[in-house]
Amino acid sequence: MDKSQLEQVDDTLWRIPPKGKMRVPVLIFADEALIDEMDDKVAEQAANVTTLPGIVGACYVMPDAHWGYGFPIGGVAAFDPKLGGVISAGGVGFDISCGVRTLETGLRREHIEPIRKTLAEALISAVPVGVGSQGQIRLDDKEMVAMLSGGAQWAVERGWGRQEDLERIEENGRMAGADPSQVSKKARERQRREMGTLGSGNHYLEIQEVEQIYDLEVAGVFGLHQGDIVVTIHCGSRGLGHQIGTEFLKKMQKAAKEAGIDLPDRELACAPLDSPVGKSYLGAMRAGINCALANREIITHLVRQVFSHFFPEADLRLIYDVSHNTCKQEIHQIEGQRREVFVHRKGATRAFGPGHPAIPEVFRKVGQPVIIGGSMGTASYILVGTAEGEKKSLSSACHGAGRRLSRRQAHRTWQGQRIITDLERQGVIVRSPSYRGVAEEAPGAYKDVDAVVQAADRAGLARLVARLRPLVCIKG
Amino acid sequence: MSRGRWEHFEHKADIGVRGFGATPAEAFAQAALALTAVVTDPSSVVPREKVEFDLDRDDDGDLELLFVDFLNAIVYEMAVRKMLYSRFEVRIEAQKLHAVLWGEPVDRERHQPAVEVKGATYTELEVSEIRPGEWLAQCVLDV
Repeated sequence: MDKSQLEQVDDTLWRIPPKGKMRVPVLIFADEALIDEMDDKVAEQAANVTTLPGIVGACYVMPDAHWGYGFPIGGVAAFDPKLGGVISAGGVGFDISCGVRTLETGLRREHIEPIRKTLAEALISAVPVGVGSQGQIRLDDKEMVAMLSGGAQWAVERGWGRQEDLERIEENGRMAGADPSQVSKKARERQRREMGTLGSGNHYLEIQEVEQIYDLEVAGVFGLHQGDIVVTIHCGSRGLGHQIGTEFLKKMQKAAKEAGIDLPDRELACAPLDSPVGKSYLGAMRAGINCALANREIITHLVRQVFSHFFPEADLRLIYDVSHNTCKQEIHQIEGQRREVFVHRKGATRAFGPGHPAIPEVFRKVGQPVIIGGSMGTASYILVGTAEGEKKSLSSACHGAGRRLSRRQAHRTWQGQRIITDLERQGVIVRSPSYRGVAEEAPGAYKDVDAVVQAADRAGLARLVARLRPLVCIKG
Repeated sequence: MSRGRWEHFEHKADIGVRGFGATPAEAFAQAALALTAVVTDPSSVVPREKVEFDLDRDDDGDLELLFVDFLNAIVYEMAVRKMLYSRFEVRIEAQKLHAVLWGEPVDRERHQPAVEVKGATYTELEVSEIRPGEWLAQCVLDV
């Protein structure tokens, strides 16, 4: 990124002051190396976001940010309905409530090691992954509505998941205010056979080992110990979310025009929060969040079945479930004022600090777990929300590594089979229905996740707690 | 028909599709082939089943909006039917777009499908006559 447009505030914060149509500044959290690597488009897109009506505070950009559609991936922006604020389908993304959850297994490396390959095969047979896969669950119209308003709570009621999981999921597993009637027939049709499927692309299911603990006390509260085996699931709202995103991106083109909003980029299409389209999207998007929460809950159930077959004594307990493509109504102190705002986090994780009422009692003293997914074969991290994160970034942190090379470049550079062999030599078993998919997700195609989390930690967005090393990776 | 061709272009996280043809309809059909090529090698997809759809045009004559609608309709037909397509015929009329697709159900062994397409975006969106008798249709896909 061209640094001449930036004011350096400190070693992990850069600022683009408001100019032209910008209503608020852009704040980029990154160290100098990450800034140098960051695309210029990120600055341009973040500056565009600041021109939207009702934006408050700033457009906050996370250390893993890259060029997205309209909003940068890794962009956070809050809008106040009292100031004519808007909601943007592009600001949430196509994969509504895409997110990550981590489960502790109570197992150690020596339990897993002798049957690692068998376990990988069992997982890829049990969890539908990749293009063209289908789940075992078929939803009729009534069940679809129940799922869209019930989220993970619905899944648990149907026997896919455990009651005690719910408090370990944002919104207690059920996003309030979902309006299934705003979810189109097409979106439902796309989902009918996709419950409990992982999807493809950067989505994965991994068995990991807790390789390093940075904060013993917080790790203890989270239930993480060095050498523990955990399972991490990364996926979203599947076809339903994609279809909602597609349809509202289109509806919001018109809505923005009708509201007289001058869009610097068509992809930034939005609607005033208090307009019919704005309300309709909010209801549909929240139903999409429930779909993602239900989906991750069902996959968890499938994973538990596999583990109980091999390890009848193992008890897979959910540590936490976070989403990184959302718009949530939250209360924040912005410029000294208490405001009720709608916070878009696109490729950014909510990171509430100690004492926040929205986080489970068990984490209240330390802050919420912030789970950062690595790319295939690289480490993942668990961080914890901070008190100062509220002021710095509306309690938001990074979400992953972010791509360095495009899919096309990756496809040309690597061979899937070779990557699988190489990773196996390094101790990671990869299973996927597609070699080309593996090539496009090659570890080298992603930025260094270690640098991203270090920057988030140094910037105070969230603090490092544990580093997880993959042992088995199931890719779509 | 002779000028019909397609290509991909770079977008950091995702991928752009670009079709060229003697008419907008032909450029659309070529871009649809580029869409299939994001998922698999189009030559591996046997065009043995036919799927048709009509799109009512609500784009006020804006071919770019129509193009996004068209690609999203194909994404939908891929997703709900679990199919891939390798032959496309497109007719654009004043009030509607008519499309005929030929393809087959996804065969994971043979097609090695790389990634699902979530939707077509308005990023880098362009439909234009780049020189007399040659049309281009392009945009970035979210994958």
